[in-house]
Amino acid sequence: MFRIVKSEMLCENISQIVVEAPRIAHTCEPGQFVIVRADETAERIPLTISDYDREAGTVTITIQIIGLSSMKIAKFQTGDFLADVTGPLGQPSEFVNEDIEEVRKRNYLFVGGGLGTAPVYPQVKWCKEHGVPFDVVIGTKSKSTLIMEKEFTEVGGEHYFLTTDDGSYKHKGMVTSVMEELIAEGRHYDVCVAIGPMIMMKFAAKTALAAGIHTIVSMNPIMVDGTGMCGACRLMVGGEVKFACVDGPEFDASLVDFDGAMKRMSLYKTEEGRAYLAAKEGDTHKGNCGNCD
Amino acid sequence: MAIDMMKKVPVREQDPKVRATNFEEVCLGYDVKEAQDEASRCLNCKNPKCVEGCPVSIDIPGFIQEVKNARFEKAAEIISRSSALPAVCGRVCPQESQCEGKCIRGIKGESVSIGKLERFVADWARESGIKPKVDAPKKNKKVAVIGSGPSGLTCAGDLAKMGYDVTVFEALHKAGGVLVYGIPEFRLPKDKVVEPEVDNVRALGVKIETDVVIGKSTTIDALLEEEGFDAVYVGSGAGLPKFMGIPGEQALGVYSANEFLTRNNLMKAYRDDYDTPIARGKKVVVVGGGNVAMDAARTALRLGGEVHVVYRRSEQELPARVEEVHHAKEEGIIFDLLQNPVEILENEDGWVRGIRVIKMELGEPDESGRRRPVEIPGSEYEIECDTVIMSLGTSPNPLIPSTTKGLDTNRRKCIVADEATGSTSKAGVYAGGDAVTGAATVILAMGAGRAAAKGIDEYLSGKSE
Ligand SMILES: Cc1cc2nc3c(=O)[nH]c(=O)nc-3n(C[C@H](O)[C@H](O)[C@H](O)COP(=O)(O)OP(=O)(O)OC[C@H]3O[C@@H](n4cnc5c(N)ncnc54)[C@H](O)[C@@H]3O)c2cc1C
Ligand SMILES: Cc1cc2nc3c(=O)[nH]c(=O)nc-3n(C[C@H](O)[C@H](O)[C@H](O)COP(=O)(O)OP(=O)(O)OC[C@H]3O[C@@H](n4cnc5c(N)ncnc54)[C@H](O)[C@@H]3O)c2cc1C
Ligand code: FES
Repeated sequence: MFRIVKSEMLCENISQIVVEAPRIAHTCEPGQFVIVRADETAERIPLTISDYDREAGTVTITIQIIGLSSMKIAKFQTGDFLADVTGPLGQPSEFVNEDIEEVRKRNYLFVGGGLGTAPVYPQVKWCKEHGVPFDVVIGTKSKSTLIMEKEFTEVGGEHYFLTTDDGSYKHKGMVTSVMEELIAEGRHYDVCVAIGPMIMMKFAAKTALAAGIHTIVSMNPIMVDGTGMCGACRLMVGGEVKFACVDGPEFDASLVDFDGAMKRMSLYKTEEGRAYLAAKEGDTHKGNCGNCD
Repeated sequence: MAIDMMKKVPVREQDPKVRATNFEEVCLGYDVKEAQDEASRCLNCKNPKCVEGCPVSIDIPGFIQEVKNARFEKAAEIISRSSALPAVCGRVCPQESQCEGKCIRGIKGESVSIGKLERFVADWARESGIKPKVDAPKKNKKVAVIGSGPSGLTCAGDLAKMGYDVTVFEALHKAGGVLVYGIPEFRLPKDKVVEPEVDNVRALGVKIETDVVIGKSTTIDALLEEEGFDAVYVGSGAGLPKFMGIPGEQALGVYSANEFLTRNNLMKAYRDDYDTPIARGKKVVVVGGGNVAMDAARTALRLGGEVHVVYRRSEQELPARVEEVHHAKEEGIIFDLLQNPVEILENEDGWVRGIRVIKMELGEPDESGRRRPVEIPGSEYEIECDTVIMSLGTSPNPLIPSTTKGLDTNRRKCIVADEATGSTSKAGVYAGGDAVTGAATVILAMGAGRAAAKGIDEYLSGKSE
């Protein structure tokens, strides 16, 4: 059992939970995720580590409510216990294990869309702590869906660019329009890391790749065990079958088959949809994760 | 009624039509009278061949004589000297090619039902609340066991009996390995059989820490250097499922048998009170012919599908246990033998709509001694289906070797370990079970766990305090 030391709603449908998991907090790195099973009858679902505190032995997860399992987890309160938190799983972000001197010579462009804001955070924080130059672009639907502004302002300062689809706050437009502007201003980037809904990653990658930037995206296929045992998370990357839970979840965007991956993700939509409706009447299924567009 | 000495006392089973719609255990096992009758068929050979056929050398005639004389506790004690998981082995061991295959009774008539008797004794012991005992003094040495499958549990149990302080680290949320995630409920009940066997290991003082992925949450090197473990046993199982690499394998509705079975067994997708979903295919094709394929097929059948097993060789070469093939047929699984998939067909939404197969014939024997299947040109045709389950075996998970300094693997990427002691290329690290042999059997995994427990004991006894 894993005790929740803090649980709060960041916006209407995104919850953030800080949970005691000393082994994970001790070894995790940016880019890795955990598998959470809320209670005895729950699914195992993958969630990116969006912050960690090695000393306190805690990790932070940020959950967007899109269905039954995410809703179950989001409902947990401070002091409650999650049945299982396993990890850290997957490979750390590329830069973590590279020669830091080399990494410092590069300029990074981080792009986070919607819930993808949360997984980008530990990477940006890591770069800040290690003196790696970067810009970070965060996009969200509207002011009311914006999350982690304070944290990003702290680590990003003037390198933090915010945009809303409806223009209700800061810049108006998609992340790609900000990326284009930054590139047009003559800013040079060596690496772009884009995390968010599949459709956003597909277009952000297109923009970055067109500018000749090495681009990394974080894939989120359906997973079960997260240890390589089941193959549910398989993806075609560069014409080869990869298991996102052991080989990823971050991959070179130029090698990713976005359309194929989006198709696979629709697998359980209907059955789960029913389970969800049975669990709660009403309409919290916003569909703004991009998965069911 | 006098018993026919030439024939096995028949074991009661759920009716095939009924059981095809539920997940209750198929085989109901012997009652006391049936067990004693069957035990009386044992010739109590001076030179028992059955024991030679048993990978862990259970004193088979010894325990059977005790059953005959209704001394069931004694029978359980005899089995427990050699096997830590008798209720499991009595159900899933391929007895026909091991103990029962060698039984002298079996020369003229049918062999003694050793497996069913083992199961009877183990079930009797559990229902009577008999627990294994630890009598050895504490040794003040710590051993870590990675993986809680049959291999890890056996090694852990044996070491605990010798007085070691043992912690098992398990990646999943539940202990048992394939026993909980792979083998279905209708063959091996989880709450009734597996859980109590795991509890027996706990009762010996073994700690089981779930949700710990060695190589990620921590490493073998850290266990040895930072957490104060004196030795490590790696029983991490067979690893990653294989796919065929044919077009269409990414289509929706294509699963590995591991995923399909894990959803159903570990995550209990077949039960309404569990959240994990599973696709209930209407027409399901299972590709492969092993135990895993049979389990996937029989699971899909119980979820309401018409199920075809597509296998590239003939019935004779089916690697699955005879009993499982027999059960599968009784339940209505259709075997499409001597055919091999060449492509999975998708509809416009990306869902499976069929599978294209080519017919095969048997040619010359290959290196395994089985006749090699050869394609018959121009024989391709389509089988309509909405679900495909690939059951083609596994390849080793590189996680542990790649995160442990000095741990050698072989050409097939399995961990290299000495058969007699389990020792690996790294001092203090032992390994066994499927992680070493590739996918094999429960009893071989247990045997390896037992051998390694001895190897570890010798190693640590030689090492000063
Ligand atoms: C490596 C990785 C990291 C992730 N990180 C985060 C994160 O930090 N925060 C967050 O909110 N979400 C994250 N996700 C997605 C999250 O796991 C899904 O949103 C969640 O499983 C949905 O479950 P549900 O029952 O609420 O939704 P439903 O849509 O009802 O789920 C239906 C079924 O599909 C699966 N599923 C649906 N969408 C996804 C998806 N996008 N990814 C994986 N499985 C899916 C579920 O496991 C379930 O079986 C991540 C996914 C992956 C693979
Ligand atoms: C569907 C199916 C049906 C089968 N039917 C039969 C049968 O009828 N009869 C028979 O004799 N055999 C059968 N087998 C084979 C048998 O189950 C295996 O040979 C046996 O379970 C191997 O035992 P093991 O302990 O080596 O590994 P496993 O049982 O695979 O256990 C390994 C455990 O280690 C854990 N693990 C892996 N990596 C790590 C890590 N890095 N850190 C922590 N934990 C880790 C895994 O999660 C798992 O729980 C079947 C197998 C399958 C899949
Ligand atoms: S989630 Fe099962 S192999 Fe990746």
